[in-house]
Amino acid sequence: MQISTRRRDTATIFDVSGDIDFANSPEVRQSVLREIRKSRPARVIVNLRQVRYMDSSGVASLIEGLKASRDLGSRFILIGLSTSAREVLQLSRLIKVFEIYDNEEQALAA
Amino acid sequence: MPQMKTFPRPMESNDQQNKPGHRGGLLLMLAVYSNPRLLSAVRGAVERLTETLGFSAVQCRSITRAVDEALANIIRHTYGNRFDQPIALYFRSAKRCQQGEIESGLEILICDRGRAIDMNTLRGRPLDQIRPGGLGLHWIRQAMDIVEFTRKGLTNQLRLVKYLAQTRNAA
Repeated sequence: MQISTRRRDTATIFDVSGDIDFANSPEVRQSVLREIRKSRPARVIVNLRQVRYMDSSGVASLIEGLKASRDLGSRFILIGLSTSAREVLQLSRLIKVFEIYDNEEQALAA
Repeated sequence: MPQMKTFPRPMESNDQQNKPGHRGGLLLMLAVYSNPRLLSAVRGAVERLTETLGFSAVQCRSITRAVDEALANIIRHTYGNRFDQPIALYFRSAKRCQQGEIESGLEILICDRGRAIDMNTLRGRPLDQIRPGGLGLHWIRQAMDIVEFTRKGLTNQLRLVKYLAQTRNAA
């Protein structure tokens, strides 16, 4: 799993690749929460296009990111969900809790 | 070199109909240590096996997810995040007859030697609550037809069964 951070306009974008599972979800959680609290961006965008698999600890990390963003008045947006990632959000009844777009342009324009 | 640990063996299940010529219908055995970094290897094996057995793509993903979540729960709760403890997985063919229809499927036994877990205390969180944690158990129950937990001696065994779509009994 790899995670990198970049800025675009008023958004902070996290590009994640690989599997998000019990072994590495703490790294995702720490990176996202640290950057949100440090930069306080207007939008937090998590790009999951290259994520093949996400377990329940990965979903938990996204929920923590969502809550931290809301606390700071930021929008927390997911883009590029794979079939597998979409399935786990649906199974968890979280698909409507997150703001989800197909790509970065849509997320920035929304 | 650390001493090799003995991996737990499965307990007998009571509704397994073994096929002639198959030793207990065993399809695959995996012995892994409770290291989270090994979870991806197990997921790969389960995904390929379920594909081979003819499960749909959605079912392959959900069975793989169930096994992955079960292993993560064992590492986290049963072994208390100790990463050098033995876990054994046994994948066996399963069969049942329901209303004249024969259903074949996959039985997965996941055995560990961690502390005893009171299954009554393990509850997934209500899905209408938006908070981290408690999802894995829901996913396991949603994915599988049978979810059973047994403790015998020092061994915990989680038994997961998923049946394929029905096929007509020609007999």
